[in-house]
Amino acid sequence: MTPLLSARGLTTRYGARIGCEDVSFDLYPGEVLCVVGESGSGKSTLLNTVALRVPAAAGSLDYTTANGESLDLLNLSEPRRRLLMRTEWGFVEQNPRDGLRMNVSAGANVGEPLMAVGARHFGKIRATASNWMGRVELDAQRIDDLPTAFSGGMQQRLQIARNLVTGPRLVLMDEPTAGLDVSVQARLLDLLRTLTAQLHLACVIVTHDIGVARLLAHRLMVMQGGRVVESGLTDQVLDDPQHPYTQLLVSSVLPA
Amino acid sequence: MNARDTNEPARAEAIVEGYNFAYLDEQTKRMIRRALLKAVAIPGHQIPFGSREMPLPYGWGTGGIQVTAAIIGHDDTLKVIDQGSDETTNAVNIRRFFARTAGVRTTTRTVEATIVQTRHRIPETPLTDRQILVYQVPMPEPLYRLEPRVAECRKLHALNEYGLMNVKLYEDIVRHGSIATTYDYPVIVNGRYLSAPSPIPKFDNPKMHMNPALQLFGAGRERRIYAIPPYTSVRSLDFEDHPFEIQRWEHACEICGSRESFLDEMIVDDKGKRMFVCSDSDYCQEQVAKGAEATQTPHATQGERA
Repeated sequence: MTPLLSARGLTTRYGARIGCEDVSFDLYPGEVLCVVGESGSGKSTLLNTVALRVPAAAGSLDYTTANGESLDLLNLSEPRRRLLMRTEWGFVEQNPRDGLRMNVSAGANVGEPLMAVGARHFGKIRATASNWMGRVELDAQRIDDLPTAFSGGMQQRLQIARNLVTGPRLVLMDEPTAGLDVSVQARLLDLLRTLTAQLHLACVIVTHDIGVARLLAHRLMVMQGGRVVESGLTDQVLDDPQHPYTQLLVSSVLPA
Repeated sequence: MNARDTNEPARAEAIVEGYNFAYLDEQTKRMIRRALLKAVAIPGHQIPFGSREMPLPYGWGTGGIQVTAAIIGHDDTLKVIDQGSDETTNAVNIRRFFARTAGVRTTTRTVEATIVQTRHRIPETPLTDRQILVYQVPMPEPLYRLEPRVAECRKLHALNEYGLMNVKLYEDIVRHGSIATTYDYPVIVNGRYLSAPSPIPKFDNPKMHMNPALQLFGAGRERRIYAIPPYTSVRSLDFEDHPFEIQRWEHACEICGSRESFLDEMIVDDKGKRMFVCSDSDYCQEQVAKGAEATQTPHATQGERA
């Protein structure tokens, strides 16, 4: 099987400082990869580099499209990149306010990606939006409410619906559960696990929460100081950590 | 009734000395013409230009007046309308401005004009291929309420990504049950560029489509010029199940009886009595004259509408 996304020696620098350095990984269709590490370890930089929001200084990043075409993402033309983002990728922001349009209704938020790829039938857009609100456990009656009228957890679920409505193959998430209280987090994680399995989604999830990683991830990458210090199957890494930093990270989780 | 030009005090119409023809200097006019040529070459695309300060405030038609100054010649006949009327402050002053600085003929009759500068309306009388319509545009960027970043807006135009505009129409339907945008209704020009038709009512949008006249748009404060060349397709955005519609009235114009034209609703007394009249004053008078010819009875009082 060809990997969906394949990174080799990916390096991002902010001037002389290192954002992330020499990161390599393969992501296969339907696979959930979690990137864990402390603040400042380069997790978000890596995610932004993969999302092509930050230019990479070195390395290569290849993506296989739905029709089998292999794309060199780092040298992709802008129109092609934007088309790819609209049709095959999603990006869930840590703060739903960054990923949603706060001054238009929930339905318009979910419908916008559809309209961006050419949907021009109001009734169908609305029906799809309503359906997706149901799938992320939002009350479809509130389709015409503004996102500001929603709670933080609901906004996050709305953002997820907005990202999944076009049927992407790869979703990048930056701390999707941070800033939510524990019970809401649990529900959201449950939802994410169900959706990724149902839709056969490949995900890269950045988190500092080992619990999130254990629940969602198939594979884990541990980062420190911009480098990947350990990677492997989730259970293997968490139950038998080899690197001192991973051992510290695992042992510093509070017992449930 | 067409003798209104001569009613204005002769002194106000006299040519003033000391200004270049049509106020702007020749270099500025050339610069604007270059922008206009580019604009005509790429229908609907906004071309930046070095907008000059004009002797009227932004928002009063500084863009339109500069475009008119750049294209007007000695043989032109100018008509200026504001909200369809030739008699409002803005229309009277801009008309007089060109009468005094360029010494050109002015008119209130659409058929006589070679250049029509307009704010908020397209004349009801169909334009011909010998006429140019100049619009005054307050905000040339149709996306600006949805996408505040100018660089990003340009990118959306460049890459033909106009899904965002439909989000606005979607919101309209959600909140009002139908597309409630009634003026400055977004259009796609020549199947490519999204453009703001300036704040004309959407009633006038169909007139832009395949119009024989050249349509020029000038935004003075925003420093943009764009154009719709003659016989160019102009499509108003909509949804398949909520197609574009123009306004309709249950009333006829109380002066001329027209049911075809765009009507203004006027409140005529303190008790809230209303009156519907044509917004296009020239068209209204023409209809009255036609009616008078047909019945052979003079409508002296009705012809006096201001």
